[in-house]
Amino acid sequence: MSSYHLDHLQYLETEAIHIMREVAGEFERPALLFSGGKDSICLLRLAEKAFRPSDIPMPFLNVETGHEFPELIEFRDRRAKELGAKLIVRTVDEAIAKGIAHPAPGEISRNKLQIPVLLGAIEEFQFDCAIGGARRDEEKARAKERFFSFRDSFGQWDPKAQRPEIWNLYNARVNPGENMRVFPLSNWTEMDVWEYIKKEKLEVPNIYFSHERDCFWRGGQWLPVPPPHTDTTKPDPFAGGRPKPNEPIKRLIVRVRTIADMISTGMIESKTDTIDDIIAEVAAARVTERGTRADDKASEAAMEDRKKAGYF
Amino acid sequence: MSNSQHPIELLRFNTCGSVDDGKSTLIGRLLYDSKSLMEDQIEAMEKSAAITGGGQINLANLTDGLRAEREQGITIDVAYRYFATPKRKFIVADTPGHVQYTRNMVTGASTANLSIVLVDARQGVIEQTRRHTYIAALLGIPHLVIAINKMDLVDWKQERFQEIRNEIEDFLPKLGAFRDVKFIPISALNGDNVVDASKHTPWYEGPPLLAHLENVHIASDWNYNSFRFPVQWVNRPNNPTDQALHDFRGLSGQIASGVLRKGQQIAVLPGSIKTTVKDIWTYDGSVDEAFCPQSVTICLEHDIDISRGDMIVGLDLLPGMESNLRARVCWMNIRPLQVNKKYFLKHGAQTVQAVVTQIDNKINFNTLEPEPAPATLAVNDIGAIRLKTAKPLVFDGYTTNRLTGSFILIEQGTNATVAAGMLYPPTEAVKPEYTDFAI
Repeated sequence: MSSYHLDHLQYLETEAIHIMREVAGEFERPALLFSGGKDSICLLRLAEKAFRPSDIPMPFLNVETGHEFPELIEFRDRRAKELGAKLIVRTVDEAIAKGIAHPAPGEISRNKLQIPVLLGAIEEFQFDCAIGGARRDEEKARAKERFFSFRDSFGQWDPKAQRPEIWNLYNARVNPGENMRVFPLSNWTEMDVWEYIKKEKLEVPNIYFSHERDCFWRGGQWLPVPPPHTDTTKPDPFAGGRPKPNEPIKRLIVRVRTIADMISTGMIESKTDTIDDIIAEVAAARVTERGTRADDKASEAAMEDRKKAGYF
Repeated sequence: MSNSQHPIELLRFNTCGSVDDGKSTLIGRLLYDSKSLMEDQIEAMEKSAAITGGGQINLANLTDGLRAEREQGITIDVAYRYFATPKRKFIVADTPGHVQYTRNMVTGASTANLSIVLVDARQGVIEQTRRHTYIAALLGIPHLVIAINKMDLVDWKQERFQEIRNEIEDFLPKLGAFRDVKFIPISALNGDNVVDASKHTPWYEGPPLLAHLENVHIASDWNYNSFRFPVQWVNRPNNPTDQALHDFRGLSGQIASGVLRKGQQIAVLPGSIKTTVKDIWTYDGSVDEAFCPQSVTICLEHDIDISRGDMIVGLDLLPGMESNLRARVCWMNIRPLQVNKKYFLKHGAQTVQAVVTQIDNKINFNTLEPEPAPATLAVNDIGAIRLKTAKPLVFDGYTTNRLTGSFILIEQGTNATVAAGMLYPPTEAVKPEYTDFAI
């Protein structure tokens, strides 16, 4: 019997493939949220494993804040093309222009503004399900998230009215206008993600590896200096996210551990050239992954509030 | 941690007990003492301790993730935690102890290899203890740990430990077969016998909790006997430019039990078709053999009409195929069970309509005895029912197969999941009249 044995990564993989196939079997119009980040890179491989030799039976969807690392956009577009998938991109800038999203005065981060854009895209394409790469080990409110997370017609998450999830029987039923967020990586940890990337030899954007970059110190972390504002006919999208005179710029050897956008991703000083180096660093790390994200530090309930409003 | 040379097993466990038995504290202690906590988590804990907790770090704050819980100091939903030691990776479901949240315990326990039931050494066995032990047994969890907590508050007296142990051992035989049961005296707050052995319990000869979690034998928890494969998705590339892909027709799913080999004869139910496995396809290449719980794509010798919800089975031990069913259910919704009302029943990869025709009994958690003919089953009640489904189910008894023997009931209209069901064994195995393609 001992040969019939799965190690933890194989177990997590088969669980995630099962969930992907449930989505394909249960929903009319699913989408897969693909940002180019490490978690959604794993999602793509799991989709290949779930559906090949057929095409992946759903388009990829990404919401751009306008503050993305250019390297990430390039990677995202290329991977979608290589996999023969349709990539749908909706941006916060468009949503602001259309009056769907309203930036709060003085708030630099566009993290919250992704919510109306995502909900708008779900409505525009009539998506009844969106697969995301969120993991329960990321954050306290996420630890209570289901694999199949029901959202009402306003896109809201109600933590007290979650559907119980028993065995591997996922209740995927939604009424028109409602939708489901599905998280196949729920049981994965940051370490599992990197070990899977290594095992599957997955390409990741180069900003995960150490490189030289201009940074400035703010809010207890090194933030990347945004690219110069060239198109002066438009307002500077990074206004407020640029270093102030009292925030000196330093050239450092850094990498990202988690990617939000350039405004809220803390760079960590690191010398890691390979996936093995990253795995060793994660194993030794004394701060959680989201500890490098300014958006979660706002308050102890920051993530919970965003999820209730429709965040993924 | 990073070495992938030797495979690391995954153990899933849940913790249960009544309010203030210290479940969250125990998980916090496991994370803290196994060095699975990060600086910013400790920092956030210290910050909230300074503001609200009178200065003492509250380990429970680690798992009580939602604002309402922190305000009320209770756990209102299942929280999942992850930690690893060099020996194993662990997924922990922290399931709450409030009587009204039994459904969450069922949720957390349904995927567990092991349950930890916490007992407050001062209070001893209470209704919640019986209820949680009963649910662990009902859900077929193979391994049980009774953690007798707050032993420091009864002066680490062996007599008190033994008294509680005797009381539990009195009712355990009524509950059916756990593969193993372990009693451990602990103090979650102080860390005694959680990660490190306690100096207060020279009379206790067993391992601390974590050592038990690292070593309990789980390799044979899966069912490798009868092959069962619910078809989730028909894999048809329909690629007009590539002939090989154009003709490809696979059946994708996750093996619920047993082993499958290339060339093996199988049956497809409920259509009663017998054919042979031509190929077991995976993204990483074809394999000669696959086993549960692997996800694969099966190609058959004959191109037959199979769709999502059908079941592929081995020919040696056939399942039942019936539309009149008996099951034990845990009711999970505030709207009680209504006899003769139509529900959706999801079983494997198929959803059918079903009505509950009769409620046979309801469990009394004080006596653990069934009480016959209750008027209904309300939220958190467990009882035996009879159902009629619109189409026959291809199923096994829950005690032999956790995946093909389980179902959920979904309320029509609201789509709420209202019950978790465990099927009684079929009255007889299906006797198919095969449409036999094998020549």
